Amino acid sequence: MIVETSDLWRTFGGVAAVAGVNFRLEPGELRCLIGSNGAGKSTFFKLLTGQLRPSKGHISILGRQTTTSQPFEISRLGVGIKTQVPNLFEGLSVRENLHLAARRTYAGKAARLAAEAMLDDIELADRAGVPVRELSHGQRQWVELGMVLVSEPKLVLLDEPAAGMTQAEVERTAMLLQRMRKDRAFIIVEHDMHFVRNIAERVTVFHRGRILVEDTMEAVTSNAEVRNAYLGQKFGKDHD
Amino acid sequence: MKTELTSPAFIAALVIGGAIVFAAPLFLETYDLFNFTVFAIMAMLAISLNFVWGIGGILSLGQALFFGLGGYAYAITAINLGSGWGLLAAIAVPCLFALIVGYVAFYGRISDVYFGVVSLTISLILYNFVNSTSDAFYTIGAARLGGYNGIPSVPPIQAPWAAQPLGFEAMYMLCALTALVFYLGVRLFVRAPFGRVIVAVRENDLRAELLGYDPRYHRLVVFAIGAAMSGLAGAFFAAWGAFIGPDTFSVSFAAQAIIWVLFGGLGTLIGPVVGALSVSWFTTWLGEVRLLDPNIALGLLFIISVLLVPNGMVPALRRVLERLRIVKERADT
Repeated sequence: MIVETSDLWRTFGGVAAVAGVNFRLEPGELRCLIGSNGAGKSTFFKLLTGQLRPSKGHISILGRQTTTSQPFEISRLGVGIKTQVPNLFEGLSVRENLHLAARRTYAGKAARLAAEAMLDDIELADRAGVPVRELSHGQRQWVELGMVLVSEPKLVLLDEPAAGMTQAEVERTAMLLQRMRKDRAFIIVEHDMHFVRNIAERVTVFHRGRILVEDTMEAVTSNAEVRNAYLGQKFGKDHD
Repeated sequence: MKTELTSPAFIAALVIGGAIVFAAPLFLETYDLFNFTVFAIMAMLAISLNFVWGIGGILSLGQALFFGLGGYAYAITAINLGSGWGLLAAIAVPCLFALIVGYVAFYGRISDVYFGVVSLTISLILYNFVNSTSDAFYTIGAARLGGYNGIPSVPPIQAPWAAQPLGFEAMYMLCALTALVFYLGVRLFVRAPFGRVIVAVRENDLRAELLGYDPRYHRLVVFAIGAAMSGLAGAFFAAWGAFIGPDTFSVSFAAQAIIWVLFGGLGTLIGPVVGALSVSWFTTWLGEVRLLDPNIALGLLFIISVLLVPNGMVPALRRVLERLRIVKERADT
C-alpha cells in the first residue's frame, strides 16, 4: 500500500475538518480528491504532507508511519508535494529552482542534467535564467510541477495543480502530468472537473470531512448522493 | 565555487580589497589608523549581521549581543590564559550560545518577528545582568566583570611566536584582513551548494521543506556561524580598546549595527561593509566637530535612508549606474 490512513481526525476548535477518514492508495494509482469548499480535502492533504498534525488516527506512507513526521521527513521518503498556492523560490531563476529540487535525488552534474531535462519537459528552456517571480501564473505552476517531478518521487501529492489556469493551460497541465506519469502513484486534490475528467482513474469524494464515495469517474458522476452533495451544481449547470 | 573563485568580480574584490588593506598604513596617520581599525571591526559585525539576516533570512535584531559575548569571553580568557585562548573563547562561547538559543527557537518553530524580539530581549537581559556585576563576587580567575564599569586592561593580541603584542599597524592589518576574509568567505558561501540551500530557505522555507531540506538545521548553522563571526569581532574590539563594557549589549549598539546594514543594503555582499564604514566614519566625525549628537544623527539617517533608499545605498547606486549605462548606450547609437 502506498498510502493508508486509519480513523484520521483533525479538529479545529471543536469543528471536525477531517472526521474519521480511512483512505487507501494502491501502487501506481492516480486518485483525484474532489468535494465542495470546506469538505476537508485540503486539510486531509495537509495531514498527508505533514503540514498539520492529526488530532487522532494514523497515517502510513510508503510503508512508514508518518503520523507525526515533519514535511521534510515525508518528502525524503520519495514524496513529491505541490501545495495549493504556488510555492517557489521567487527570487531565484527557473533553472535554480529546478536544480535545488533535483539535488535531493541526484548529485553534482547529474542534478544539473536532470534540471535541464525538466526545463525541456515543462517547455520553459527559453526562460531558464528568468527569476520565477517574473513568470505568468500558469508557468509558475509548471515550474513547481517540474520541481516536484524532477526528484523522481514514488508518490506525488498535488493540491489543485490547475488552480487559476486558463482552459488551454489546464489542458497542457493534464498532458504534462500524463506524460510524466510513469508508474508513480498520484493523489490530486482538484476543483476543476474538466481537468479531473481528463486524468482521473478513480475519484474520492469528500463531504463534511468524510469520504462520501470512492469509485471510477463514471460511477461517481452518476451517483445521486454525489450529485446532490457536490456535483449537482457543478456538473449539472457548468459542464454537462 | 570553481567559477566564483575565478570570476572577474571575485578577483577584482580580492585585488582591490587587498590593495586598500595593505596600502592604508602608508598614507594614514596613527590616529586615523586607530579609527580605521575600529571601522574594520564594525564592518566585521555588519557582515555577520548581514550573513544571518540578509543571506539567512533570520531577523536577528540583537546580533550585537554576540559581539558583546565575544568581547567578554576574550577579556576573561585572555586575562587568565592569554590572548590565543581568548580568541578561541571569543569564537566558541557566542557560537555555543547561538546553538542553544537557535535550537530552542528554530526547532520550537518560533516565527521570524518573534525571534527578532527574542534576540533583542536576550541582549537586554545580558545588558542588565552585566551591569549588575559590580560586586567582587563576579570575578572569574583574575578577571573581575566590573558591572557598568566593564573590564579594563584587556590584554592585546599577541602571536604565540612574537615577543611583543600587536602594535597599532599590525592590529589594523589583522582587523582589515579579517574583515576582507569575512567578506570573501560570505561571497563564496552563498555560491556554494550549502549556501544555495540557505538562500532557498530564506526565499521560501515551506518549499525548501517540501523538497526535503530541513530549514531548522540550515537556520541553526547560519545563526551559529554568524554568532562566531560577531564574537571574533567583539574580541578584536576588546583587544583594540583594551576594554569591554556592557554597552555592547545595549539596544542602541544593536540598533547601530542594524542601521549600517540597512543603510548599505541588506542582502547585498558589499552593502553592509559600505554602511558600517561610512556611518562609523560619519558618527566619529560628528563626535569630533560636535555639530549634532551622533545618536540623533543616526536616527535621522535611518529615517531618511528608509524613506529615500529603502533597499540601501549600494542597490540604489547600482540602479543609477545602470541607468547611466543605458543612457550612454542610447547616446552612442
